[in-house]
Amino acid sequence: MKTILILGAGTGGTMVANKLVHRLQPNEWRIVVVDKDETHYYQPGFLFIPFGIYKPADVIKPKRKLLSLQVETIFAEIEMIEPDKNRVRLSNKQEISYDYLVVATGSHIHAEETPGMLDKAWQQNIFDFYTIEGAIKLSKFLETWNGGRMVLNIAEMPIKCPVAPLEFLFLADWYFQKRGIRNKVDLVLSTPLPGAFTKPQASAMLGDILEKKGISIEPDFTIMEVDNAKQVIRSYDEREVGYDLLVTISVNKGADVIGASGMGDELNFIPTNKHTLQTEKWENVFIIGDAGNVPSSKAGSVAHFMLDILVANLLSHMKGQEMKTSFDGHANCFIESGFSRGILIDFNFEVEPLPGSFPLPVIGLFSLLQESFLNHVGKMGFKWIYWNILLKGLDIPFVESHMSMNGKKVLTKSAAQA
Amino acid sequence: MPDILNSVSFNEEGFMTNPAQWNKEIAIELAKQEGVQLTDAHWKIVEFCRRNAATTGKSPTLRQITNGTGISTKDLFTLFPKGPAKKVAKIAGLGKPEGCV
Repeated sequence: MKTILILGAGTGGTMVANKLVHRLQPNEWRIVVVDKDETHYYQPGFLFIPFGIYKPADVIKPKRKLLSLQVETIFAEIEMIEPDKNRVRLSNKQEISYDYLVVATGSHIHAEETPGMLDKAWQQNIFDFYTIEGAIKLSKFLETWNGGRMVLNIAEMPIKCPVAPLEFLFLADWYFQKRGIRNKVDLVLSTPLPGAFTKPQASAMLGDILEKKGISIEPDFTIMEVDNAKQVIRSYDEREVGYDLLVTISVNKGADVIGASGMGDELNFIPTNKHTLQTEKWENVFIIGDAGNVPSSKAGSVAHFMLDILVANLLSHMKGQEMKTSFDGHANCFIESGFSRGILIDFNFEVEPLPGSFPLPVIGLFSLLQESFLNHVGKMGFKWIYWNILLKGLDIPFVESHMSMNGKKVLTKSAAQA
Repeated sequence: MPDILNSVSFNEEGFMTNPAQWNKEIAIELAKQEGVQLTDAHWKIVEFCRRNAATTGKSPTLRQITNGTGISTKDLFTLFPKGPAKKVAKIAGLGKPEGCV
């Protein structure tokens, strides 16, 4: 009996486990998943909690129920990964030897990386919404807030779901209008990026929406510290941005155990071949989702597009065959823009988000890089797809792992080559 | 554009597209365009980035530069104001750092 061990039962790990159940012979392979937490969080839903659109119950399910019964699930802390010995040690003293390892330990926020962030104002008037606790506390705070200057700061790239900060600001604009206090609230985005987003056309388009909504932007701002006494955040080049309410997207890192096991880079992400999803150092160790240093967005949609590629390559490698399936960096993100509208972007390593329609040319259903009601419907409907299709490792109709140019409008020669 | 840059190819964001075309004279010229006068301290970082990119194939991120050179983020911002990682990559004839995805 051989063992494939999957570390982490978040979006990526759950999908891989459920997919492998149908691809591996049960009398030949044991599929084991380890995770420290028994609760699965629908992380894209955290965004909606501060504004009362989702309740915590919308984003929570027990992990065991989401995994096939043929998957052996162990709830314990991973103490050490020993890839040279093909072995993982758990906090419950158990040791698991594996033939193949899939690392799906995700990325996590580290507010302590920014001096002053966790001082006395933490969760008083400084919040995060990338954790369930943070999102709930922020929703309570917002309910009774009378207005002032709300600053959303991105500490450092890369971050999980790079569109979430923008969605947060768009929704904040809607929320404060609904509460009738928008005229008492200043909304500010301070970002280390030169604009609203990482890719030129989308950055310009999203920047325009920020401007229309009266949200100001402090670009090229790399935060050095939070000055709690003065209520300002300060950048390395000594710029100060004052706040009454600070919402932070802190430094994102891979799991601590990746660092402790000596497998990661300076942010605990594992160096990985961006096309095969095999780690650079160990041929029987693969990654899915945020755990690797693959230069694609860290997002559930990306993990989903990695899934078929990873499984195909794993199976090839198990048979001693060449790994022929190649990941293209495909990402597909619905961006909620407030007032029941949304924007959809679809891109990969080489092609930046372009305008057009998705998944079918001309007729849609969704419009790329522009606001529409249907995009909003897609965003809100994604929760159902996530729980019922995506986590089961099933295909989403019409949506391919590799990005398609169908329906995309190429505006300039350089855009197509960018 | 100064003569020395005539034969050099750039992308639309001003990053050199072929790191092999790079030399120190070009770096000095590119630094001028960025408003930077290269001193020994600057060169140490430029050279680290060149070495790093030669092995990894990518421009190092801010964090990789501070880890690799021991120079603090604060000092990096003094040497290369605004976005040090991007600025050094430009001067060192490398592509845009991949932190931004």
